[in-house]
Amino acid sequence: MDKLLEQIQKGTVWQFPGGVHPPQQKSLSNGANIARLPLPNKLVVALKQHIGANGKLLVEKGQRILKGQALTEPVANWSVPVHAPSSGIITEIAPKPSAHPSALPELSIVIEPDGKDEWCTLNPVSEPKSLSHQELIDIIHQAGISGMGGAGFPTYVKADTKQSIDFFIINAVECEPYITADDTLMREHAAEIIQGIELMQQLLNPTLCIVGIEDNKPEAIATMTKAAEHNNKIIVQTVPTVYPSGGEKQLIKLLTNREVPSMGIPADIGVLMHNTGTLYAVQQAVYEGKPLIERVVTVTGNTIHKPGNVWALLGTEIKHLLDCQGFSPVPQQRVVMGGPMMGFTLPTVRIGVIKTTNCILAPDHTELAEPGPEKACIRCSACADACPASLLPQQLQWFAKSKEYDKLQEHNLFDCIECGACAYVCPSEIPLVQYYRVAKAEIKEQQADKIKADRAKERFDARKERLDREQEERQNRHKRKPVAKSADEKQKVAEALARVKNKPDNGNEKSAVAAAIARAKAKKQQGEELEPDNSEVAKERALRKEQARKYKEQKSQTDESTETAPVDDKKSAVAAAIARAKAKKAAKAKKAAKALEDAEPTTSEAPQTDAPVDDRKAAVAAAIARAKAKKAAKALEEAEQTVSEEPQSDEPVDDKKAAVAAAIARAKAKKAAKALEDTETPSVPDNTDNSSSSIDADVPQSSDDKKKAAVAAAIARAKAKKLQKEGNDQS
Amino acid sequence: MTLFYALIALGSLALVFGLILGFAAIRFRVESNPIVEQIDTILPQTQCGQCGYPGCRPYAEAIANGDEINKCPPGGEATMKKLAGLMGVDEKPLAGGEQAEPVKTVAYIREDECIGCTKCIQACPVDAILGATRQMHTVLIDECTGCDLCVEPCPVDCIDMLPVTETKQNWKWQLNAIPVTQID
Amino acid sequence: MKLTMASSPHNHSHKSVTRLMLIVIAACIPGLVAQVVFFGTGVLIQLVLALVAVTVFEAAIMLMRKRPVWPALSDGSAWLTAVLLALSIPPLAPWWVIIIGCLFSIVIVKQLYGGLGFNLFNPAMAAYVLLLVSFPVQMTSWLPVSDLLNNAIGFTDQLRLIFTDFTSIGYSLDQVRAGIDGVTMATPLDTIKTDVGHGLTVTESMQKNVFNEWAGLGWMWVNLGFLAGGLYLLKEKVINWHIPVSFIASLAVCSAIGYIAAPGTEPGTVFHLLSGATMMGAFFIATDPVSAATTNKGRLIYGALIGLLVYLIRTFGGFPDAVAFAVLLLNIAVPLIDYYTQPRTYGHGAVK
Repeated sequence: MDKLLEQIQKGTVWQFPGGVHPPQQKSLSNGANIARLPLPNKLVVALKQHIGANGKLLVEKGQRILKGQALTEPVANWSVPVHAPSSGIITEIAPKPSAHPSALPELSIVIEPDGKDEWCTLNPVSEPKSLSHQELIDIIHQAGISGMGGAGFPTYVKADTKQSIDFFIINAVECEPYITADDTLMREHAAEIIQGIELMQQLLNPTLCIVGIEDNKPEAIATMTKAAEHNNKIIVQTVPTVYPSGGEKQLIKLLTNREVPSMGIPADIGVLMHNTGTLYAVQQAVYEGKPLIERVVTVTGNTIHKPGNVWALLGTEIKHLLDCQGFSPVPQQRVVMGGPMMGFTLPTVRIGVIKTTNCILAPDHTELAEPGPEKACIRCSACADACPASLLPQQLQWFAKSKEYDKLQEHNLFDCIECGACAYVCPSEIPLVQYYRVAKAEIKEQQADKIKADRAKERFDARKERLDREQEERQNRHKRKPVAKSADEKQKVAEALARVKNKPDNGNEKSAVAAAIARAKAKKQQGEELEPDNSEVAKERALRKEQARKYKEQKSQTDESTETAPVDDKKSAVAAAIARAKAKKAAKAKKAAKALEDAEPTTSEAPQTDAPVDDRKAAVAAAIARAKAKKAAKALEEAEQTVSEEPQSDEPVDDKKAAVAAAIARAKAKKAAKALEDTETPSVPDNTDNSSSSIDADVPQSSDDKKKAAVAAAIARAKAKKLQKEGNDQS
Repeated sequence: MTLFYALIALGSLALVFGLILGFAAIRFRVESNPIVEQIDTILPQTQCGQCGYPGCRPYAEAIANGDEINKCPPGGEATMKKLAGLMGVDEKPLAGGEQAEPVKTVAYIREDECIGCTKCIQACPVDAILGATRQMHTVLIDECTGCDLCVEPCPVDCIDMLPVTETKQNWKWQLNAIPVTQID
Repeated sequence: MKLTMASSPHNHSHKSVTRLMLIVIAACIPGLVAQVVFFGTGVLIQLVLALVAVTVFEAAIMLMRKRPVWPALSDGSAWLTAVLLALSIPPLAPWWVIIIGCLFSIVIVKQLYGGLGFNLFNPAMAAYVLLLVSFPVQMTSWLPVSDLLNNAIGFTDQLRLIFTDFTSIGYSLDQVRAGIDGVTMATPLDTIKTDVGHGLTVTESMQKNVFNEWAGLGWMWVNLGFLAGGLYLLKEKVINWHIPVSFIASLAVCSAIGYIAAPGTEPGTVFHLLSGATMMGAFFIATDPVSAATTNKGRLIYGALIGLLVYLIRTFGGFPDAVAFAVLLLNIAVPLIDYYTQPRTYGHGAVK
């Protein structure tokens, strides 16, 4: 470390492999001072101009805002606010094409400046030494500063690093051809930049600050050296002009001979790097209290009449920059944001300047020729010779073309910094970088898919487990229920047996089924005069029950039922009929249950007594419920039928025809029961329970008009769906 | 006589090698059937059942037992090719003329139309739909595999399969697909 | 006007495959001139034949592959193959020899493997080896330098020899090749090999009139011509220094060791470096980008192994020269070499 420090202080500069020497073209734009442009009549401020999350909107459409006013506030990690670049009215908050290679729309605030350029209240700090670490970080955070060199990493995050920093490097290399924004900024504002560096020193306390400048900027080197004279912890180091010496990793290698580990960050090796523009912004934020609302942009290229550097308000449309500097486009014009090596073409000039926009390049076809057709790779490995990361671009290219993503990762594709040196030298004009970017995106997507697939699998398995568990629980319940309600069942069985025994005793008597049918018919015929019929039934039942009691010698139960039966009105008869039908079914299904006869039937009539307590609606609702169950069980064709039945069964709620409906419903229920799941078939009391519970749910529904409307709408949609389906089938 | 010597010599050689091979087959036998695991990792885990099996794992088992490799529409051609490579069989076009590169989708429930019938919840193989009876349902977009299974059961057709929106994070550098404008 | 979208970088070095190939062809000129001066204009006839033949074959095969013809032709790789092949075969070899060579190199070695960039082997050298093993007589019938010829032959006679096998006055190639002393002349490498085989010492053999003080008469200048061309290629950064340097260094070391070990039967370093196809091989053949190693370390290994093989085959093998064999053998080894010589990526491995 000491030796290294000594070497660095002596001015040693190391080397990185590869690199290229594209024509500099810097003299086009570095002749004049940074110009101030007339205020544009529209500013498009994107909410996200950095790596990280959006801030939370603080303003709304139509609101007047002042220059420097925060438009968003930081919320989650790595979110950085944006500020109003000028005073005016917010005319729109909507997604607009973004300053990104994809130009995908990004939520943006459109401001119509009022021309007054009225500042909000600023809070400059004249003695930053007095500020605590956190206060300084907050100022930088609230000023919306993010890296202005290219990536746009939030500056406050970097400045707040917990790792100890040996070397704080100021990237003033600006190795991309054409761009002179940092160069001119250093010439004009070296003192401010040094103040910015000192603020960072206060935050990071590095052993040494190294300003790296390429040797093609002698003026900037001179002014910076002079401005840094008073601080012996800041040295200005000249690095040879090789592209891409301004790459973060390359510059670290050049200045400190250290290498950032793959997938690591510079702080891992005790190095931190900031761009000159960023440091100027930090200085402005602290000493002037000004948030980041403008930056230096180089507007250059042969199609620009007045190439040079300008102070551009963030959000200024590219069109305004081009128009101000004079622009005569050529056919197939390219407008590049950034430099010729790593910049990206814009699909429209209606894109606002963002914090990372360092250059707008509008070249003609003589200075930057259009790419020719891609030819076969001749394996010359000029790309490998040029690669600053010592990759094998040519191998990567083969793998990218054949989509061998494993091999690509094996060959360290993700260490590629996309500097474009390989594609620059490729004699076959293969767009290598494009291949790598697509492959990287694909790999990232595959990795995301893999994670998602794993999670889906996990969730699927968890769901399966849950279903199995539920199934098991249900089965357990059914096993348990018969035990719990065995008394009921036994009673049913007993009843059935009693009836069976009754038959030979009363030779004239019809079977229970016949009786039930007869009763139903009688009900239908006699209408209101059901009471005598009912009492007859009740007597019949009482008789049977008594016989059963005799047979079983259990009086109490039968007493209860004989008492309740006459008290109830005709509805009880319906319920009784249901119960009997069910009992019969149960008897059929559970012949084996005979063995249980001896057991004591305790509360056998409970369900029976429960059901009559409910009013007539109970039966209807039960019918509806079963009809619905049937609907679920049956295919779509029957849906309509069911639907037409629902109103039928709804209407006679107050009608005397309820019994008929109930009978129909019972018949249907029987039919449906066969098709239904085990849960619905097993035992009578269960069924009654189910129906009564669904009564509770259904009755309010039918009474509620709103709900009815929703159901009607749902039915209508279901019908429409069916029609559509038929239509599809036909076509 | 020489004939016999030859026969005996060859026969005993055959016996010896046969024994060696037999021993090797038992001694060095690969336990279990990891191929199913491998197939399962290739499958996209949408659990959509479009292959005719109830989930990806059952299909993986079916492939291991010799079923066709081209029955996975969500996996598209890429999955089919990987399966072909793994199983050492020829690549074949996707069954049912599916697209080579299926568009990824997620389910979206139009919540004002949802009647809260819970049918989609029951249909979802990865429990990515939240809701309760008579409460409108919503889809956990991050968990949705785009399997389509919830669309059919919906009685009111309020579920749409929407393509996954393109963001800067998942953008794939299709420069030529960017609409360019005139310089104005 | 519509904006155009393009992928970065938006600039290019303006190097193109065509330019690279043309530079290499241009760099052959000194060697070619030396050959014409010492061995007559036959090589020019062969060159014209070869250029026409490769053009026809390349165009034909591109048509058959249903690919555009001009992009393939205009990359210049076929012409470079033609030039190298024409410079490699004896100047007065019958016309069909070079035609077969061109056919083989373009159609089989290059296009059947998928065209430029996909060929495993150096097309010119593969064709040369095919011709050498198929037509050994024609392929070893080198003329001695013109000065040594009993009866010098003019351009028309050379034409006649190439196309009809006989000069205007009915001499066959063998008769023409007969030296002043009436003995059929061989190449210097061949002479040494034969003489050493006959028990003569190298010094005795070198007394013969096909030699000068250093190496073979004429051959030395041809090699120096290719050396000059190679240096030009290095200067133009068309080739890297690794392969030629390691090749020459390796051959020099091997021959030096051989000379020290067995001075009587070994002709020595200078002779090896300036004989046969050494310089052409080092700068023009082994450096063929398509079939050579692609990593810097790999290139050093590749060149060094070619040098070693050249020495071994020249000394112990059946053929007098060995550049073509050595290059082809190492072509096979290139994927292996490349695989094991991948450079350390930035940020990987030895990070401080």
